[in-house]
Amino acid sequence: MEAGFLQHGRFQALLDVLHGCGYRCIGPQVRDGAIVYDALSTCRELPQGVRDLQSAGSYRLERTSGLRYFGWANGLQALKPMVFAPEETLWRVQRADDGALRFSASRPSFANLAVIGVRACDLAALALLDRHFLGTAVADPCYAARRSGMFLVAVHCSDPSGSCFCASTGDGPQASGGFDLALSELDEGFIVETGSARGADTVAGLGLEPVTASQRDAAARQIDTARARQRRGLPSRDLRAALVSNPEHPRWEQVAQRCLACGNCTSVCPTCFCHAVCDSMELDGSAGAHARIWDSCFTAGHSQIHGLTVRPDTRTRYRQWLTHKLGSWHEQFGRSGCVGCGRCISWCPAGIDITEEAAAICSGSSDG
Amino acid sequence: MTLPNPGRKPRVAVHKFSSCDGCQLALLGLGEDLLQLSTLVEFVHFAEAGPVDPGAEVDIAFVEGSIGTAADMERIREVRAKSRFLVAIGACATSGGLQALRNLAGGQAWIRAVYPRPAYVDCLATSTAVSRHVQVDFELWGCPVSSRQVTVALRALLSGVQPVEERDKVCMECKRSQMVCVMVARGLPCMGPVTRAGCGALCPGIGRDCYACYGPAENANAEALARRMEASGIPSAAVGRRFLSINSASPPFFAAGIGRMDSHD
Ligand code: SF4
Ligand code: SF4
Ligand code: SF4
Ligand code: SF4
Repeated sequence: MEAGFLQHGRFQALLDVLHGCGYRCIGPQVRDGAIVYDALSTCRELPQGVRDLQSAGSYRLERTSGLRYFGWANGLQALKPMVFAPEETLWRVQRADDGALRFSASRPSFANLAVIGVRACDLAALALLDRHFLGTAVADPCYAARRSGMFLVAVHCSDPSGSCFCASTGDGPQASGGFDLALSELDEGFIVETGSARGADTVAGLGLEPVTASQRDAAARQIDTARARQRRGLPSRDLRAALVSNPEHPRWEQVAQRCLACGNCTSVCPTCFCHAVCDSMELDGSAGAHARIWDSCFTAGHSQIHGLTVRPDTRTRYRQWLTHKLGSWHEQFGRSGCVGCGRCISWCPAGIDITEEAAAICSGSSDG
Repeated sequence: MTLPNPGRKPRVAVHKFSSCDGCQLALLGLGEDLLQLSTLVEFVHFAEAGPVDPGAEVDIAFVEGSIGTAADMERIREVRAKSRFLVAIGACATSGGLQALRNLAGGQAWIRAVYPRPAYVDCLATSTAVSRHVQVDFELWGCPVSSRQVTVALRALLSGVQPVEERDKVCMECKRSQMVCVMVARGLPCMGPVTRAGCGALCPGIGRDCYACYGPAENANAEALARRMEASGIPSAAVGRRFLSINSASPPFFAAGIGRMDSHD
């Protein structure tokens, strides 16, 4: 619901309100040549006047003369690391003096996060992670602890990158739900929409101005442009059948020649949720800890079952990534696992493009 | 193979072959943990730390260094015969190390070029991994190995289980640490996508490209990475040198590197 207009120069007031409500604010910032989410204390840390140039295997930032905070598409990671930590202790064990083992669940508490600058694709991916981690009879306690209390400030996309294709998956560029607040950034300020009661409470005291018709038009136009500018896309039909009926397609071998089986794609993918477990022990054997760490279907361990590695080569591992993401994800979650963020394309050191591979396999063509 | 409980403090030896001694520092540099370790095991041979008894029978032998001389070849067999569980530590012991670069040229030519009295130097034409000579029960890669990996392996052996091999690519550690990829964001020729994890992605963490000191990961597609580097404009011979470095004698790196050394940039 439209709440009003916030002048660009007053953005800090929004952060102050969120800080005042006890949230730890997280926002996009430039670090080491990329946009990353990090703790945000003032709006001066936001990537003002920055745009991202993304293509297969390449990510660069460039200065612009603009003053917008969100004139770029996306950064290294979506919300995944904030809710599904890359490394996390699940339980600890202690050996008592009588030799008995005492197990205890690790239940750390987390600050409530307010995340600023969330994209439509990030929200779509978060909804999928929610279904995976919370949508079963036993919710994942670590995920639940991090996720609950999270306040989400979305910003509709005005500047998709060369890798984006959220328009073709139906997940963007406009955020359609799952946020507390959503912003349309114009040169002079922000149209503020509320998506929840606490979102409305947060902006109630901000002294928002009425939105003019021309501001509303400008916001709608930039969404249309953002949609029209996207050059990549997944075929709009359901790819399940084509993928699973082509296990011996020569394209799998061709992509395996280029693929490094490095797991960067699954690590940056905002919906991939695979993990491995590892145990550590004190040197004297008196205590230990059991942790989960991000894993990937590109590792050998991912398909290791009692001494047998079911997917020993890159051909079968790449096939697993695509047939799960775009195929069996439908059976699990009722939709594909791809929200069109383009990260796996940009952050692949080999520059492999999931949309090209899917098109080649699903169209029956094997060249390239 | 796992180590059966000997029913007493396990006896440990640390042997040195052709190497710089740096990997032994993974043990010596443990600080307080080293004191604790010495209450758990008995170091019967560890020349750099004091005890010297190279011929002792031991439960666990750590072997640092490559096989570079005829005497090394002889001695590694004796070490094997006296050790129940043999762990090769470091790039030298696992792949032949930096000194395996001499395998690529006439070893004797180097000796004549470097030493004023080459007749005193008695070494083989090649430097090779310990596993080329005797059965190795576990390998820890790296130049140098990490203290963490050495103690984790030792702890597993003390518990009577086979240590877990870390064989994924450095990229997995790099992404878990949420570092910005230096290859994608800066175009640096990072070796992370073919290199074995274990260092915690140390180099990308300080903004430089991994140079593969941990050797090849499992299922390393070295040829694809080499082609990708060439496509980014790096001359073939320079790409070849990335692979023919600390672990030049490891098969995947050798295969990707050797053909590229004929061209000169
Ligand atoms: S597709 Fe790219 S990012 Fe994914 S494993 Fe292969 S090389 Fe790595
Ligand atoms: S598969 Fe690729 S484009 Fe799709 S959501 Fe994952 S990272 Fe983004
Ligand atoms: S695509 Fe691979 S890493 Fe991602 S969720 Fe599926 S199996 Fe796991
Ligand atoms: S910086 Fe290197 S190790 Fe890290 S993800 Fe990129 S290629 Fe892999």
